[in-house]
Amino acid sequence: MAHHVEVVEEQYVFRSETRKKIFMLLALGVVLFILGLVFAMNDSGHHEAAHGGGHASVAEAQKLVASADQHGAASEGHGHVEAGGEHHEKPLWIRRLFTTLWMNNVFFTGFGIIGLFFVAIQYAAQAGWSVGVKRIALAMGTWIPLAGILMLITWFVTNHDIFHWTHGSLYDSKGADFDPIINKKAPFFFWPLAGGTFPLFYIGRMVLFFGLWYYFFVQIRKNMVAEDLEATNAYWYKNRVMATVFLIFFGVSSSIAAWDWVMSIDTHWFSTMFGWYVFASWWVTGLATITLIAAHLKSAGYLKIVNSNHLHDLGKFCFAFSIFWTYIWFGQFLLIYYANIPEETVYFIERMRTSPYSWIFYLNLILNFVLPFLLLMTRGSKRQLSTLKLVCPIIIVGHWFDFFNMVTPGVLKHEGGVGLLEIGVALIFAAVFLLVVLNGLSKIPLFGKNDPMLQESLHHHI
Amino acid sequence: MNADKNFVVGVFDNEEVLLDGIGKVRTNGLKIHDVFSPFPVHGIDDALGLKKSRLPKAAFLFGLTGTSLALTMQIWMLGYDWPMIIGGKNYASLPPFIPVTFELTVLLSALGMVATFMIISDLKPYRWPRQFDVRSTDDKHVMAIDLALNGGKSKEEISRILKDAGASEVNEKNFE
Repeated sequence: MAHHVEVVEEQYVFRSETRKKIFMLLALGVVLFILGLVFAMNDSGHHEAAHGGGHASVAEAQKLVASADQHGAASEGHGHVEAGGEHHEKPLWIRRLFTTLWMNNVFFTGFGIIGLFFVAIQYAAQAGWSVGVKRIALAMGTWIPLAGILMLITWFVTNHDIFHWTHGSLYDSKGADFDPIINKKAPFFFWPLAGGTFPLFYIGRMVLFFGLWYYFFVQIRKNMVAEDLEATNAYWYKNRVMATVFLIFFGVSSSIAAWDWVMSIDTHWFSTMFGWYVFASWWVTGLATITLIAAHLKSAGYLKIVNSNHLHDLGKFCFAFSIFWTYIWFGQFLLIYYANIPEETVYFIERMRTSPYSWIFYLNLILNFVLPFLLLMTRGSKRQLSTLKLVCPIIIVGHWFDFFNMVTPGVLKHEGGVGLLEIGVALIFAAVFLLVVLNGLSKIPLFGKNDPMLQESLHHHI
Repeated sequence: MNADKNFVVGVFDNEEVLLDGIGKVRTNGLKIHDVFSPFPVHGIDDALGLKKSRLPKAAFLFGLTGTSLALTMQIWMLGYDWPMIIGGKNYASLPPFIPVTFELTVLLSALGMVATFMIISDLKPYRWPRQFDVRSTDDKHVMAIDLALNGGKSKEEISRILKDAGASEVNEKNFE
């Protein structure tokens, strides 16, 4: 039998210096955001002129999209025109603001639920190695309630500008805007009400998902805290049951959330892999975040029970699920590429061939596949803080671009882009997320001193 | 005296004593031929001072062979030998080749690694593996010391070092 190792309980202190750094990040975000907003407002005026002058590539790309749209419409036997001119549109800068708010909200929601998902997996799989990092992931779950509130507010503010299907005229069979395809999908959004009224089913799901995610988070956290006070395995077993039920719910809810919040933006288009795709993106980003926080805590002198063996496991997670994401990405791409059905290919034509998105499309693959694959391939690189601190931010930024390209082209068409506005909003989200999560982390000890898996974690060797 | 023929074999009762013992034996200047355990013992590689395996390099080369084989095969077949238009794509278009390329890369690197491992571990089909002590497949850990490689030391001296290092018994083993 292995020796019993004594460890000292650790408590994270959210120091004012750390807080100051995060507030500086927040301030930077706010400055960029305001600058971006001013630029975008001025830009809206020149917008038409720029198009009159005609960027050849943009014009050409638009033609491609237009022709693909026509093909799609023709094969559907219907001449529907996409959102374009038919509805009263807000100025571009407002739509850009709404789009980036929604996109960042969906992206950062992933951090919260993946934190909880990670904890749940540790219990369900009876994993022993992860005692030192489990509560970092748990702390990420403190973001869930805030994400839910922000999501609801953002939805009610932005709905017509982001979600084409919210326009009531699409469901009026006598109106000029009637869209039989979207009309068929109406129950998915509006049930039990009539199409084009209030999307009760959609909003109900959103509330239910966040509510239950938060419920599971509170229960699992409660058991972990109780375990600190009372040295018994009972709480671990309670959490295993909780985790298993959560995982079943998460499997369904994360997929539906992906359809609701991301895929429904391109209302005509669909991909049966989309739930997986969004999950893969969220999951690897969450893993990179857990690893990054663990690496920084380690550098700051915390987490003495986490050594290079545990880092190796986290690195393997980041490496493996970067490849998993690529697999899902390629699976979705190849099927659409090979089948060559216009109403499906339009999605990739928008993203690969139109000017504001095509560089992001390829950058996405470099940041999320090529770099993590090469940089984390060797055993040594996964065991070192320096390489993890380099690769994890690449993965996080890479998947931000991934989400950008999922959301923006469907809303803004050729008018989107990554500017100061988008970067500013992302930094604000990152800073607020860090404030909430690190505050949550400082509330309870960094690892459970009575965790039944603690000794196994201390002897972890790979 | 020929190498790889005459051995002194120390038998250890558990892995804690063994790990401790390996260090003691090595500090006493003995070269260890190999250690046999009924289950994987964590940390034994470091204790024995084994060099990093070169198997990943072999795997990379086998994988590269698979990649180039797959691409060559598909481009030649669909691009030159029997050109066919599928789904309105070019004769030789890369995306549909990726799954096959991936599979062949994995297949060749896996099979190649297994073959390499068996050859370097002397696990050939016609070769009966040598057993220093049959109990190493049950509940004992066995440490083999090659007499020829420790020429300066007598059997008795090696035996004493092994006993000091925690071996529960020490035997001799000679192979023809």
